[in-house]
Amino acid sequence: MDASLPAHMRPERSFQGFILALQRFWAEQGCVILQPYDMEMGAGTFHPATTLRALGPKPWNAAYVQPSRRPKDGRYGENPNRMQHYYQFQVIMKPSPPNLQELYLKSLAAIGIDSAVHDIRFVEDDWESPTLGAWGLGWECWCDGMEVSQFTYFQQVAGFECAPVAGELTYGLERLAMYVQGVDRVYDLNFNGRDGDQKVTYGDVFLQAEREYSRHNFEIADTAMLFEQFKMAEAACRKYLESGWREGNRKEHLMALPAYDQCIKASHVFNLLDARGVISVTERQSYILRVRELAKACGEAWIHTEAGGVA
Amino acid sequence: MPELLLELFSEEIPARMQAKAADDLRRLVTDKLVAEGLVYEGAKAFATPRRLALTVHGIPARQPDLKTERRGPKVGAPDAAVQGFLKATGLKSLDEAKIQRDPKGDFYIGLIEKPGRDAIDVLAEILPVIIRTFPWPKSMRWGARSGKPGSLSWVRPLHAITATFGPETEEPDVVKFEVDGIATGQTTYGHRFMAPDAINVRRFEDYEAKLKAAKVILDPQARKDIIFADAKELTFAQGFELVEDQVLLDEVSGLVEWPVVMMGSFEADYLKIPDEVIRATIRNNQKCFVVKDPKTGKLTSKFVLTANIEATDGGKVIVSGNERVIRPRLSDAKFFYETDLKTKLEDRLPKFEQIVFHEKLGTQAARIKRIERLAAEIAPLVGADVAKATRAAHLAKADLLTEVVGEFPEVQGLMGKYYALAQGEDASVAAACEEHYKPQGPTDRVPTDPVSVAVALADKLDTLVGFWAIDEKPTGSKDPYALRRAALGVIRLIAENALRLSLMKVAASALAGLSAKPADAEKLPSDLLAFFADRLKVQLREQGARHDLVDAVFALGGQDDLLMIVRRVDALGKFLESDDGKNLLAGTKRASNILSIEEKKDKRTFDGAPDAALYSLTEEKALAKAIGEVTTEANAAVAKEDFASAMSAMAKLRPPVDAFFDKVRVNDDDAGVRENRLKLLNEIRSATRAVADFSKIQD
Repeated sequence: MDASLPAHMRPERSFQGFILALQRFWAEQGCVILQPYDMEMGAGTFHPATTLRALGPKPWNAAYVQPSRRPKDGRYGENPNRMQHYYQFQVIMKPSPPNLQELYLKSLAAIGIDSAVHDIRFVEDDWESPTLGAWGLGWECWCDGMEVSQFTYFQQVAGFECAPVAGELTYGLERLAMYVQGVDRVYDLNFNGRDGDQKVTYGDVFLQAEREYSRHNFEIADTAMLFEQFKMAEAACRKYLESGWREGNRKEHLMALPAYDQCIKASHVFNLLDARGVISVTERQSYILRVRELAKACGEAWIHTEAGGVA
Repeated sequence: MPELLLELFSEEIPARMQAKAADDLRRLVTDKLVAEGLVYEGAKAFATPRRLALTVHGIPARQPDLKTERRGPKVGAPDAAVQGFLKATGLKSLDEAKIQRDPKGDFYIGLIEKPGRDAIDVLAEILPVIIRTFPWPKSMRWGARSGKPGSLSWVRPLHAITATFGPETEEPDVVKFEVDGIATGQTTYGHRFMAPDAINVRRFEDYEAKLKAAKVILDPQARKDIIFADAKELTFAQGFELVEDQVLLDEVSGLVEWPVVMMGSFEADYLKIPDEVIRATIRNNQKCFVVKDPKTGKLTSKFVLTANIEATDGGKVIVSGNERVIRPRLSDAKFFYETDLKTKLEDRLPKFEQIVFHEKLGTQAARIKRIERLAAEIAPLVGADVAKATRAAHLAKADLLTEVVGEFPEVQGLMGKYYALAQGEDASVAAACEEHYKPQGPTDRVPTDPVSVAVALADKLDTLVGFWAIDEKPTGSKDPYALRRAALGVIRLIAENALRLSLMKVAASALAGLSAKPADAEKLPSDLLAFFADRLKVQLREQGARHDLVDAVFALGGQDDLLMIVRRVDALGKFLESDDGKNLLAGTKRASNILSIEEKKDKRTFDGAPDAALYSLTEEKALAKAIGEVTTEANAAVAKEDFASAMSAMAKLRPPVDAFFDKVRVNDDDAGVRENRLKLLNEIRSATRAVADFSKIQD
C-alpha cells in the first residue's frame, strides 16, 4: 500500500480510495484503465472490452469498474449485502501472463489485504456463461473463507476458442471493501473516506436507488414493452450483423460493436423479464439460447474486424 | 538401484481431482517402465494443491539387452533371399550367421542383439508423452503459447517440472526433456506464502524433507491425519466433540499444503436452526467442520476451520474473518427456515402444477396425485392407516419448494419432516416426509413405520412403472433416473419388513394411474418383475449369496411375492449347503440328464404317472413311495410358506434316489419297464419343483 496516501484515500477507509488503488495497481501492470461501459449489463464480462477483446490474436490488457445490474437480486435495500446494482472490478490480460496469480496477490496487498495474516486460497470454480457461449477454468479466490474474486482462464468466448487464452479477474468490490473496512452492512461502507458531517456512505449514494429499482424490477417494469424491446434488440442485432459484412463477402466486418450493443440490451431486458416472473421455466431456456446465438454471431463478426485481428 | 523423482508443479489443482491424478501418474509411469523392460521395486505418488509428485525406486540403470534369433533362408537359397535376410538382421555377411539343421534342411540363423538403453534415456522419452496425454477430467490452455495449435493442456497452468534419476549414493542426473517450453530441472518451490523461494532438490528423500521445512506436507494422508487429530483435540479440550466427516476431510486436505486447524464460533441464537441445516451451511459453503456437545448430541455454536498458513498474528484475523462469513450465511439459513415455517406445506402444492416432472409423465402435481392413490392402495397391505398414508403422500414432496431445500438439496425430506411437525401433523406422517426417500442405497436404513413404508413403496413403484411405460429403462451403465436403486429399494422395503405384496397387482395398479399408456401395457408388469429378479440377483451376489437360486425360484412361474421368493431362495440356499441337498441336486440332475437323452432318442416326453404294476425292484417301489410322500409333505409345507420344512421333506428323497441309481438300470430291455422307469425319473424332477426348478441351479 502506498504510505503517502492521505487518510481519506486509503483503501481500508474509503470505497473510492479502494477502487482507485486497484486501478492504479493494474495501470502499473500495463493495463489500460477503461471507464464503465455505458449500457446496463449483468456483469463486467459483458463489456466488449472483455467479451470481444478476449477473441482474436491481438494482445489486450485492460482494467475497469463495471456497474452490474442483476434485477432479481434486488432486496429493496433491506438485505445487508444483496443488491440489484453493484460494482465489479474487471481485469483482462491476453495472453494470460505467467505470473497472473502473483499479480493478483499483489493487488490484494495494494488494497490492504496482507497475505501474512490472511488465509488466501484458490478454490476450484469453473466459470460458464450460457448467454455468452463462454467458459473457462479457474478458481474463486477465498480470503479467510470469503469469496472475494473470480479468477478465470478463458477457453472459449462466443463459441470461439480463445487463442491465445486471456486471464480474467473479477473483484466483487462492495464485498471486499466491506471486509477491509470491517462493516457488516454494505450501506455502512464509507464511500469517500471522510469523517463526521463530511462522510458519505454507500447508503447515501445508493440506498434510494436500491429501493426504487427493486420496486421497478419486481413490480412495475412494463413487461409488454420489455417483450417488445427484446424482439427489437434481437432484430436490430441481426440486421447490423447482416449489413456489416464489407461488400457482403463475409471476410471483413464493419459493425460488430453496434450489433453487440443490441445483444447486451437483449440480455438485460431478458433479466428484467425474468425478475418480473413472466418467463416460464421452459421459455427461460429458449431466451438464453436466443441471446447466446446473438453473442456467437457478434463474436464471429468481431474476429473479422481489424481490432479483432483480421489480417 | 536408481530411483526416479518427478514433480509437476502447477497452479492450484482442484481438490476433488488430486487423489486420482496421483494414482494415474503412478500407474502411467510404472506401466510404461515395465513395458520398457524396466521392472521397478516400488512406487508412490502424492498430491498437494500445487503439485503432483512421484517416486519410483529400484529401477535398473539400463534396460536388459535383447537377444533374438531370426530364421533365414535355406543354405543355397537364391541371392535375393540372402540379401533380404542380411538387411533384416543387419549382418554384414553370411559368415556371421549360424547354420541350423532341422528336418526340412539347413537354415541360416541370424542372432540380433539389441542393446538395452540407459533407463534415464527411456524416461526422457516416456515422461513427456505421459504429461502431454495426462487424463485430467478437465484441462485448459494458458499463456502466450495457447495462441498456437497443439499447445499443452493441463488442469491449471503448469510451471515447473522436476525430474531426477540416479542411485541413492550419488548425485542424481536430471532427466532431460521439455514440455511446451518447460524444461526439466531440480528446482521446486515451497509454500505459496510462508516459503515461496526456490528449492534445489536431489531425490525423494531430501525432496520431501525440504518441502516440509518449506511448510509443505507432501503426503495427503499426513495432512488428513493432522487435520483430524488437531480438530479432535481442539474440540475435546473445550469439552466438545468433532462431528466427523470423511468427505469434507478429504476435500479440506486437498485445499491446503500446510494445515492449521483453528476454532471459531457463532451466535448461539442460530442453534434454533435445525442441526442438519447448520451443518450443510457451514460445510458446503465454508468447508468447515461442525462441533457437537457429547452430552446432548446437539450441535454447539462452534466450528472448526482449516487454514493454509501459520499467520503472523496467530490466526486471530483468520478466525474472525471466517466468523464474519459464517454469520451472514447462518443468518440467511435462519431467514429461509423461518420464512418456510410461515407457509403450510399443502399451500405450496399448487405450484407443482407448473413444474414438469418429465415431459412424458406430466407435472409434479400429477405425480403426487398418483403417489397418493397408490399409497392408499398399498397402505392396507403393509398395515398402515390409509388416511395417514394418503396425507403423507400428499405432503411428502412439498418441501422441494421450500427455501431451505432450494439452498441445500441434501436436506430434502428431512426439512419436510420438520415443517410437517411444526404444522402439527401426525408423527408418522411427518416421518414419512423424510423416510419415503429411503432406502437410498444398499447400506441406507430401511424405514419400518408402516406409513413411511407405504409412501416409500408408492413413490418408487410410480417411478419404476412410469419410466417403464415411456420406455426409459436403464441400459448398461446408463441409469439417469436411478431406477436400479428404486427397484433395490422396493426389494429391501419388502424383504426387511416381511411384507406380503403381489408385485404384479401393485404394478398394474400403478400403471392404471398413468395418463400415458404404453402400447404393450399388459406386458409391463411381468417385464418389470424380471427387472426385480435381476436386481435381487445383483443384491444377493453383492452379499456373497448364491444368485443362481433366484432363477431357480423364478423359473417356477407365477412368483411375484418378493418376500416368498427371498425366503424360498434363502431356504434353498441352506438346503443346498447340506449333504442331503447336494446329493439330491446331483440325483435330480442325473435324472434330468438321462431323461433329456432318452427324450431326444425317442422324440417324446415321459410325462404322466408311472404304472405301479410295472415296478419290479424294491428300490423302484421305495422311490415311488417316497416321491408320493415327499410331494404331499413338501406341498403342504409350501402352502404354509414353511420353506425350511419343505426342504427337510425334500431331503427324504435323497436315500431312495441314491438307492435307485445304485441298483436300478433305467434302460431296461423291456420297453414297457424302461418307459415306466423314465416316467419315475420324471416324477423326481416334478417333485423337486415343489420348491424350485433344480435344473436352473448351477453346480
